[in-house]
Amino acid sequence: VIAAHLPALQVLTPLIAAPLCILLRNGRLAGLLTVAAAWSAFAIAVTLLLQVLESGPVTYMFGGWQAPWGIEYRIDVLNAFVLVIVGTIAAAVVPFAMKSAADEIIPQRHALFWALVNLLIAGLFGIVVTGDLFNVFVFLEISSLASYALVSLGRSPRALTAAFRYLVLGTLGATFFLIGVGLLYAATGTLNMSDIAVRVQDQLGSRTVLVAFAFLTVGLSLKAALFPLHAWLPGAYAEAPSAVTALLAATATKVAIYMLLRVIFLFGPAFTYIDLPLGEVLVALALAGMLAGSAAALFQTDVKRLLAYSSIAHVGYMLLGVGLGNLAGLTGGIAHLFNHALAKGALFVAVGCVVLRTGSSHIERFAGLGRQMPWTMAAFVIAGLSLIGLPLTAGFASKWYLVVGALEHGWWWVAVLMVASAAVAVLYVWRVLEVAYFRTPLPGAMPVSEAPFEMLVPLWALAGASVYFGIDTSFNIGVAERAASAVLGLAP
Amino acid sequence: LSSAWIIAAALAAPLAGALAVLVLRRNPNVREGASLTAAGVTFVFCAVLVPEVMAGGRPELELLQLFPGLAIGFRVEPLGLGFALVASFLWFVTVTYAIGYMRAHHEKNQTRFYMFFALAIAATVGAAFAENLLTLYVFYEGLTLATYPLVTHGGKDKDRAGGRTYLSILLGTSLTFLLLALAWTYAVTGTLSFVDGGVFVRGEGLVAGMSPPLLALLYALFLFGTGKAALIPFHRWLPAAMVAPTPVSALLHAVAVVKLGVFTVLKVTVYTFGAGALVQFDATQWLEYVAAATLLIAAVIALREDNLKRRLAYSTISQLAYIVLAATLANRFSLLAGGMHIVAHAFAKITLFFCAGAILVSLNKTKVSELRGVGRQMPVTMTAWLVASAGVIGLPLTGGFWSKWYLARGTLEAGEPLMLAVILVGSLLAVGYLVPPAVRAFYAAPEIAAEPLRGKRYEAPWPSLAALSLTATLSVLLFFAAEPVFAFLEGFAS
Repeated sequence: VIAAHLPALQVLTPLIAAPLCILLRNGRLAGLLTVAAAWSAFAIAVTLLLQVLESGPVTYMFGGWQAPWGIEYRIDVLNAFVLVIVGTIAAAVVPFAMKSAADEIIPQRHALFWALVNLLIAGLFGIVVTGDLFNVFVFLEISSLASYALVSLGRSPRALTAAFRYLVLGTLGATFFLIGVGLLYAATGTLNMSDIAVRVQDQLGSRTVLVAFAFLTVGLSLKAALFPLHAWLPGAYAEAPSAVTALLAATATKVAIYMLLRVIFLFGPAFTYIDLPLGEVLVALALAGMLAGSAAALFQTDVKRLLAYSSIAHVGYMLLGVGLGNLAGLTGGIAHLFNHALAKGALFVAVGCVVLRTGSSHIERFAGLGRQMPWTMAAFVIAGLSLIGLPLTAGFASKWYLVVGALEHGWWWVAVLMVASAAVAVLYVWRVLEVAYFRTPLPGAMPVSEAPFEMLVPLWALAGASVYFGIDTSFNIGVAERAASAVLGLAP
Repeated sequence: LSSAWIIAAALAAPLAGALAVLVLRRNPNVREGASLTAAGVTFVFCAVLVPEVMAGGRPELELLQLFPGLAIGFRVEPLGLGFALVASFLWFVTVTYAIGYMRAHHEKNQTRFYMFFALAIAATVGAAFAENLLTLYVFYEGLTLATYPLVTHGGKDKDRAGGRTYLSILLGTSLTFLLLALAWTYAVTGTLSFVDGGVFVRGEGLVAGMSPPLLALLYALFLFGTGKAALIPFHRWLPAAMVAPTPVSALLHAVAVVKLGVFTVLKVTVYTFGAGALVQFDATQWLEYVAAATLLIAAVIALREDNLKRRLAYSTISQLAYIVLAATLANRFSLLAGGMHIVAHAFAKITLFFCAGAILVSLNKTKVSELRGVGRQMPVTMTAWLVASAGVIGLPLTGGFWSKWYLARGTLEAGEPLMLAVILVGSLLAVGYLVPPAVRAFYAAPEIAAEPLRGKRYEAPWPSLAALSLTATLSVLLFFAAEPVFAFLEGFAS
């Protein structure tokens, strides 16, 4: 019985856990409940992916109502893969947050924090599982509101302005999305994505559809922090509590990119890539983001902010794959959702460990940590190598597919700019490492000890996965390739 | 024991050595014993493969499929096996030397030192045996990362600065040019395997999507992407790496790292492009001039460099350019010369670095201008210096003679008399930058005349002295033993 309801449980588990957290009132109990919810959700996501890989897409009619009237959950390889990404990160970061958030957030708000984390996760899962566009909007709002609130829990007063900025821009994105959904509904008379995909085909020339398409893509690009719509990201990531940053950076933008990919292929590749120059536009903006994000990362003095700018660059990688629109490119882009989530998740978790011990994420506070926090910094090194994309890390796998995709497309200059921006990553990663390993601690700084074991475990799980999935790529590249050929219509 | 297992063992031995060094860190003597054992075992396993490869066999081992159709795998051919033999043998010698050097010089963090040393050799052997470009690339990058902690071993500001140059040039070139070259090769041909005759020729012409100018561009991407080959303008990492302790400069920056660079160039020339195709489509012309320019410019800089190790570094850049030149000439004689020079230069240059390190440890001198009278204080060391200098210059009675001789024949074979002139001038310059230090050491009076000379010797600790005597001797023996080496390399060059 449970097996049949897995798609619903994927969302309901964290959604039910959220109010329970408030009722529990006790921060520690709420945290444990969230860990349980996150792990169950992870297990559900993995089960769903295995199910989809074995026997094709799963559909689920919510409340038993048939499709056009009720809400349909539809899970194919692509969204099952994204569910696993969100699930993995939640399963790793939530236990880490037990200690990290307890330290960074004032105790009275702990239960509230956990409720918000659950809402965020539920919203993200919801966006991914549902096959109904309006339902996507609802979950988008749930996750967004939760994340605005989570960002505002940061310690510094600047967190409030960062959260407000995030709220304004995020709401703008969501509103655009809603306008697009409305227009599309007016044109096709349905909100079910599979139905829209069919009905929209004989209206592709109409202005309504064109405008709907524009609103949807711009709205989602804002949510995904595509350059130059990224202005909310650095502040939000830098000021949020460390655990929130790790969670958001590794999941929220990924889900927005997933949704963008869905919308693009809702209208069909011919419309997007041939009738409209969206491929070229996305590639150009992605490259601009990669170069600008990497360059900006070079000049940051706060490591969280540095990594945030790096995220803008890496959103570029993923959207570059979408823009290329061929099998190798899409495979690389989709795989990078996962690969980057692991690496960036690990990096932000490592910074969280440093914040716990030193009280700051300023680069100067990393001085001497190579000796004082050897395990944390070693994990930082490994995840950093994956971020750079050195071979035998997960980051290399996606980069390889993207470069090959660009060359197969005949866009050699895209390949050139891409590897150039990847090489800049060496510089900003090494800046941190040099301080950690070569600089002696600041005079007067208290020597610190290694991060507690329960934080090192999730950290090393993520960093280790960055290497494991760089060597055995049958999961990330294999599934991403299946997802890519499915959306391209190359395979069932 | 099947040959696949022997390959695995040769790769695992240095890794096991690294682990053993870490485990045995409490007792330095046992720890260094572990390094020596690992080096010996690696060498023996490589040597066991020789008869099979000599007979034309190409033992293989596939480790895993990294991507569908792209494996991490190994296939042992003569050039790679020769390289692995040289590297593992000299690892043994260098550890011996380092036991004397590191202790006499009171270096810290020796466990880390020996551990990353072993990892660097593991990467070298892996790259030497690579079946395809991807595998080569993986170990190439691995070697950069494994040597970074060795370059910055001192941990001071100058070490950090040197390490920064080292890393940014080596990673910068390989993450951009070399990666692009690989992806391009893959996008056009659908394979990255090393194949006799290359992968770009189909029938009479080139594969679809390739034209002679593009082929030349791709070849240039490979040459400049291989930063370890130190072509100008991507050579600055090598002098920067001289901040490292001398054993690192000796084994890694005269043998393993730089030779991996030129090895990659030779390997790509023969097995990715095919020497015949490069000549047929005239893809190497202007790169010959780049190599020739590097050869001469680096030699001239070496003439003017007062710091002993930096002088040797520029000498290495110049000598590496001989091998790149050999690759771009792309005929049987030049390729034999390239292979031979990897071996001959390795023995000669490592000796020179050993000597420079011995002088540093015993007399605390680092500059050419400080060498007055050192020949009388350290006669064995400076004799070895002279012998090894002859090897680098390419005088008869050293192995270096043969590589220069064959390279000269190669230039004539290719109809490039100008390059012959470049080679000869380069050797003359080598006389200019290597012999004067020895002359000063032997003939000039010591700086401090009051110091008692008679009865007092300043030679380095005996393990170091033994090591540098051995490599100098081998550099001479190679002159007489060139025949089998060429016979072995024949399987690669023709």
